[in-house]
Amino acid sequence: MADLSVNIGELKMKNPVMTASGTFGYGEEFEDFIDIARIGGIIVKGTTLHRREGNPYPRMAETPSGMLNAVGLQNKGVNYFVEHIYPKIKDTDTNIIVNVSGSAIEDYVKTAEIINELVNIPAIELNISCPNVKQGGMAFGVSAAGACDVISAVRSVYKKTLIVKLSPNVTDITEIARAAEASGADSVSLINTILGMAIDAEKRCPLLSTVTGGLSGPAVKPIALRMVWQVAKAVKIPIIGLGGIMDWKDAVEFMLAGATAVQIGTANFIDPAVTVKVIDGINNYLDRHGYSSVKDIIGALEV
Amino acid sequence: MKKKILDLTVTANIQLHANYVLIKMTSQEILPEMFPGQFAEIRVDGSPTTFLRRPISINYVDKVNNEVWFLVQIVGDGTRTLAKVSAGDVVNVVLPLGNGFTIPEKPSDKLLLIGGGVGTAPLLYLGEVLLANNCKPTFLLGARSEGDLLQLEDFKKFGEVYTTTEDGSAGEKGYVTQHSILNDKQFDMIYTCGPKPMMVSVAKYAKANNIECEVSLENKMACGVGACLCCVENTVDEGHICVCTEGPVLNIKKLLWQI
Repeated sequence: MADLSVNIGELKMKNPVMTASGTFGYGEEFEDFIDIARIGGIIVKGTTLHRREGNPYPRMAETPSGMLNAVGLQNKGVNYFVEHIYPKIKDTDTNIIVNVSGSAIEDYVKTAEIINELVNIPAIELNISCPNVKQGGMAFGVSAAGACDVISAVRSVYKKTLIVKLSPNVTDITEIARAAEASGADSVSLINTILGMAIDAEKRCPLLSTVTGGLSGPAVKPIALRMVWQVAKAVKIPIIGLGGIMDWKDAVEFMLAGATAVQIGTANFIDPAVTVKVIDGINNYLDRHGYSSVKDIIGALEV
Repeated sequence: MKKKILDLTVTANIQLHANYVLIKMTSQEILPEMFPGQFAEIRVDGSPTTFLRRPISINYVDKVNNEVWFLVQIVGDGTRTLAKVSAGDVVNVVLPLGNGFTIPEKPSDKLLLIGGGVGTAPLLYLGEVLLANNCKPTFLLGARSEGDLLQLEDFKKFGEVYTTTEDGSAGEKGYVTQHSILNDKQFDMIYTCGPKPMMVSVAKYAKANNIECEVSLENKMACGVGACLCCVENTVDEGHICVCTEGPVLNIKKLLWQI
């Protein structure tokens, strides 16, 4: 049994496996299937200052080796989270991390301030990369200046571990990653979904109410892996890799490319028990290769 | 009841008609308790273009043989591949999911179960459970043509069966909402599942006649457990709710349908 623990800034995790925001609910949805306390960190649904209804149905289209979604950050707002959800999940024996989204800098700041007061939330993931919200979200994540503005503002009020989730819908993701590091981010997570589209040829109409949506699943993995590798060479802060991870081998590949931890997203929809299988698989891999710590494989890619 | 991920073994795959198969599956352990209207998320192996599980409603639970039945309509690559399983094959299934139909507290003989096409599937198990609860269900089943009317002999075990076909090849010609039983008999509860235009017509009839009505929705779904928020339906009082967890069965009073 190798040492699976890793640190992301001040955040200590029992293993590098996390769940991606918007794919694991608040964790409770999966308690019938697995012991969710085994997971290194659970990143809960994107949370905004005010309640959001999200986009109209249809919001999802299956695509080859993946899916498009256009949920649009449906959530009941940060105050509802604090009053009704946090009390139920705060004593789970894992890191509960809140994904903070917004459409204006003040909204991000106010939401982060509120979450900062929650003792059992050790970190936030700042979502500057949601492709499904018209105003804001990704708007901040597609320019270095925009990223700096929102991250600096949140950094000034948020005292715990600040993870920034990056958009792949940019010309050079390393530029945004450097901007995040310079603005005080403790870590970057990448990638969010890739903007895509699906059409029903027979009906001559789009499959999503929003026409475009975010692509996830194994279809995006090679792109995500490449971006993690590039960002790992560009910044010193730890990287959390995600994008199409379906099993332990995918997770190991992201870590070899330079990720300190990984997030499992869409795979939860196919196998609700995938997270614990990935943890066990990483452990077996380490034993098989004689590594005593998972930290030994971070960035261990031999080029 | 607890949701489970199970490797079920196919005991039979019966071709009911060109586009429909009835797949029966069993488990080495006792199958979890399931309620009429609930569904399963079935993983489809061996179809390169099928990424997500397929949500399929529970057609029937044979407690004696520890079997669960799924009526599958072949629509696309996923269901086409699923329809090819044969006895002995192992299929990975997550179940039971969703809420299920409301069983009346008092015995009633004024319950009408209206199904269209493959939407008749959950009504078979509902019929059995209603009968077991001292109710007398009446079935009104609609299809395009005689061959598309499925499992009629099974339905007859649990109540009176009336049918319509669009081409008049069996039962009364036309749509379910045109059937004479609606004029001949008084009902105080309608359960329905089928194509959306049919369910909307049924809902209109129920509302106009002041009859309670529950519909089973088939919104496109990914996770099946309320995590991805893809399958939402907009409601009168709660905004977008997940069909997979707060449905698939919803009272028409909750819906924003134009009825």
